[in-house]
Amino acid sequence: MTSGNGFEPKIVAYVCNWCTYLGADLAGTNRLEYPANVRIVRLPCTGRIDFNLIVKAFEMEADAVLVSGCHPGDCHYTSGNYHARRRWMLFRELLDTLGIEMERIHFTWISAAEGRKWQQVISEITEKTRQLGPYQAYRKVCEA
Amino acid sequence: MMILQQLRHLCRRLLEDGEVQVVIGYGQSRPDAPAYPIFITRADDVDRLVWSDRCFANLTAYLTRKEIRALGKPAIIVKGCDERALVVLENESQIERSEIVVIGVACEGVGLPKCAACDVRMPRTTNMVVGEIDNPDVPATDRYAALDAFMARSPADRMAYWQAELSRCVKCYACRQVCPLCYCQRCIVDKNRPTAIDTSASLKGNFAWHITRAFHLAARCVGCGECTRACPAGIDLMLLNLATARAAENSFGYRPGMDPEAEPVVGSYRERDQEAFIR
Repeated sequence: MTSGNGFEPKIVAYVCNWCTYLGADLAGTNRLEYPANVRIVRLPCTGRIDFNLIVKAFEMEADAVLVSGCHPGDCHYTSGNYHARRRWMLFRELLDTLGIEMERIHFTWISAAEGRKWQQVISEITEKTRQLGPYQAYRKVCEA
Repeated sequence: MMILQQLRHLCRRLLEDGEVQVVIGYGQSRPDAPAYPIFITRADDVDRLVWSDRCFANLTAYLTRKEIRALGKPAIIVKGCDERALVVLENESQIERSEIVVIGVACEGVGLPKCAACDVRMPRTTNMVVGEIDNPDVPATDRYAALDAFMARSPADRMAYWQAELSRCVKCYACRQVCPLCYCQRCIVDKNRPTAIDTSASLKGNFAWHITRAFHLAARCVGCGECTRACPAGIDLMLLNLATARAAENSFGYRPGMDPEAEPVVGSYRERDQEAFIR
């Protein structure tokens, strides 16, 4: 599982309880293997995923963050993911202006039936983040 | 001078008639000094009111303050740019227009960067307007010019810029206090169970705070620029607000405080909202 330089990224995934968490669970029960680099944090809904949590993950030395929830139209609470989507649109602009590395923040919709998509997404993000290396710039922010 | 005479006359009448109990306006110690907010409760004091191109402050921040509300029904003096904050405050149920008398002043600019691209020189929703605009043409300057110039730099360069700038922040929270739309009774940064934002004035805490401040104003900020003006460390905080303001305008055609009837961007949604960034 180790890459050439021995760096293993720490990836924080904020997932909704009703879709993506169950998708990850399905990957597990189907024995679909995915990198152990991901730390899953389960929240009620993507609408509950406060932007401060994304900042917090980077403060705690995450190298990449994934935010994932129900596909549009599938929200357990009808509209939580629609509200979240608008918020992320604006939040991405702010982070980009701050010079945060946008290739370290990922957004996906993964349903309870998409165990395979979960496996693919986590594998790809892990590989991509391995290539990017540790998120030195934000670690520098947190050290100072 | 005409404007000033009219303002004083108007405010004297409002106070004498008991229509309002306090006038929130501008005072000045010397002609070249920035005007400061004054709160006039007696008709005999209206001569302390001034109007000049040094009236930078956005006075609407005081409308939501407990201690100001305790003075009674206010009349407030606003420029066209300040008026936008009133529209948002009303939209968010923070003020009742019927409980305030709003005196608009026609403004040709107070020499701040925002004035170069100002298209609200004439207040539109106030109870009354004092003064006239000689040149009603909207300047052709792009209001996002500063942001465009900044975004032309590389992400690493932008990060280096903010690390240098935000390292000077002393967490005085003047940016919050001066903002008409930062009206929470208890700010998230004052809550410590749990501590969402590192309260120390370290770079880590400063990043967390300024991300929070800017994002709580996303698609709400009316661009008065008081945060930048108030910052004792000279950090251009308004630049962060411009990022989300431009996104709200480009993606949703929404400019906070421009149209009282417009549906706010945050707190509403469309099923067809674009999502190219979501896999």
